[in-house]
Amino acid sequence: MTEIRKHRSDTKMVPVPSHSIVPERDVNEIPVLETRHLGIEFGGLKAVDDFNLTIGKTEIAGLIGPNGAGKTTVFNMLTKVYEPTTGAVLINGRDLHGMNIVQASKLGIARTFQNIRLFDKMTVEENVRIGLHNRIKYDMFSGMLRLPRYWIQEKRQHEKALELLGIFGMQDLADEEAGSLPYGAQRRLEIVRALATDPKLLLLDEPAAGMNPRETEELMENIAKIRDQFQIAILLIEHDMSLVMGVCEGICVLNFGKVIAKGTADEIQSNPVVIEAYLGKKKEG
Amino acid sequence: MTKAKRKRLILNLVTFALVIAAYIILQSMIAGKSISRSLRGQLVPICAWIVMAVSLNLVIGFSGELSLGHAGFMSVGAYTGAVVSGWLLHAQNMQDTTLRLVLALAAGGVMAGVAGVLIGIPVLRLRGDYLAIVTLAFGEIIRSLVNVLYIGTAEGRLHLSFLNKEMPEGVQMLVDGAKGAVKIKPIATFTAGFVLILITLVVVLNLVNSRAGRAIQATRDNRIAAESMGVPVTKYKMMAFVTAAVLAGMAGALYGLNSSTVVPTQFTFNQSINVLVFVVLGGLGNVLGSVISATFLTVLPEMLREFSDYRMLVYAVVLILVMIFTNNPTIRAFADRLFAPLKQLFRGKKQAGGDAK
Repeated sequence: MTEIRKHRSDTKMVPVPSHSIVPERDVNEIPVLETRHLGIEFGGLKAVDDFNLTIGKTEIAGLIGPNGAGKTTVFNMLTKVYEPTTGAVLINGRDLHGMNIVQASKLGIARTFQNIRLFDKMTVEENVRIGLHNRIKYDMFSGMLRLPRYWIQEKRQHEKALELLGIFGMQDLADEEAGSLPYGAQRRLEIVRALATDPKLLLLDEPAAGMNPRETEELMENIAKIRDQFQIAILLIEHDMSLVMGVCEGICVLNFGKVIAKGTADEIQSNPVVIEAYLGKKKEG
Repeated sequence: MTKAKRKRLILNLVTFALVIAAYIILQSMIAGKSISRSLRGQLVPICAWIVMAVSLNLVIGFSGELSLGHAGFMSVGAYTGAVVSGWLLHAQNMQDTTLRLVLALAAGGVMAGVAGVLIGIPVLRLRGDYLAIVTLAFGEIIRSLVNVLYIGTAEGRLHLSFLNKEMPEGVQMLVDGAKGAVKIKPIATFTAGFVLILITLVVVLNLVNSRAGRAIQATRDNRIAAESMGVPVTKYKMMAFVTAAVLAGMAGALYGLNSSTVVPTQFTFNQSINVLVFVVLGGLGNVLGSVISATFLTVLPEMLREFSDYRMLVYAVVLILVMIFTNNPTIRAFADRLFAPLKQLFRGKKQAGGDAK
């Protein structure tokens, strides 16, 4: 944990256009994610309104806010589960407009889910292999007729899947049924599966939910490790403030669908608007 | 090789071994004339129903969509097979029965596949109950269509009409409306059925254990997650649906060419439900189970002829019981406890075997 804090203090945050801050090392690159005035309405209710966020190439960013603030809705818009009513999402400078979930995934955006969505009846390894679906390919007839290409690609998938499971030391669980894993392991498997798609941007929806403090700390180290190893950007939703403050270089606070604050951990912690959103207004007098 | 993979491989080998062993035993029984006439007559239908059950299992068990129109594809295959076979015999004067059978089966599969694509495009955008309703309607539409279909061959040409009057003079009728496909030369053999089962097993088992098959199962387990991983859900649902339709078409052609007539009422909603019972009783996603249950539920009604009135009643009760037993947690827990000693015994044995090695 101390190591991560050190890592974080090295990171100098600098402002970029569209009122955002990204780590200094990413300033000259096209941001992995840029949202412009993103908003969505459900039958007249503005769930998210004027959401602007920029994430640099290897930044770890946090999205926090009270329950019902619209955090998961933002994720659903970024991954095209929902079609935004206003604004634009740009992944590596490419507009997601008119794309479906699969196309967005192919552009390099992968996610985990708040309520775990594994392929329960398949094994752990098969779950990771689904993540590899568009990376290690062969056509349906090679599979049906067991042509040489099938054997070559299956072997590559197997090796790659085990390598990815190794991030969390889960190789031994490869043959277990995914639905039978303990809760924490299921969350980790979701991250591995998302990483298998070779994303540029990884979205983690409450990765520490249901984990004990020790597991959370381990997860925190792993998130930093994943960023360094894969050179990807990570955006995470989390209620565990020790995780958010410990690992995120930039934090965005959402309340009632609106961004109320953006900045580094220290800035956010001392921001009166954020404190008010979480704890309520101090009574006058 | 991993543990799960080995377990699956063994199960697949058992499936193949069982089918091949059954074929060899039955063939030797036929050679030794120690087989009853009624069972002899049942052999080809059994093969057809096994193929139907396994192919429907691909849709229901692996892709997780409830299709209630599987008999429709069988019907398309049966009629196509009968017409192609009749046309080849009468118009092209092809006497080689094996070649005719192969061509008829292929044609049946292709036509059912085309029907599968046509019905799949709109249907696979629907989910759950809607899909079941539309496939059910499809089966009924096919039945109504072939009821007024007239196909005849004259001077090497095929004549197709939905009105009987339009047929030219001296036509050899192949499909005669409500009378169905008539004057079929029964050319289907048990060996052909056996080969078709082997093809079906190879296709389905290999497909399931491949990249495409995993994608199909992923869309069943969690649609949103599969899409988020970059798996085009509709494409893979379509793949499973059309593959199943092609196999059902071939089964239909085999079934049709086993008798001298095929009538529209043979492929009703009840038959679709019949196949559904095979699949559910054999276990969703369990290919070996489908093979076994299709065999027994085809032979059994013949042996219990006296009670045939109660068959559909019993099927309904069995279906409900199976659903309760597989989905009710209390009953499942009870069953687990009941079979626990047995499992322990089995597992202990296996462990001992492993140690010896």
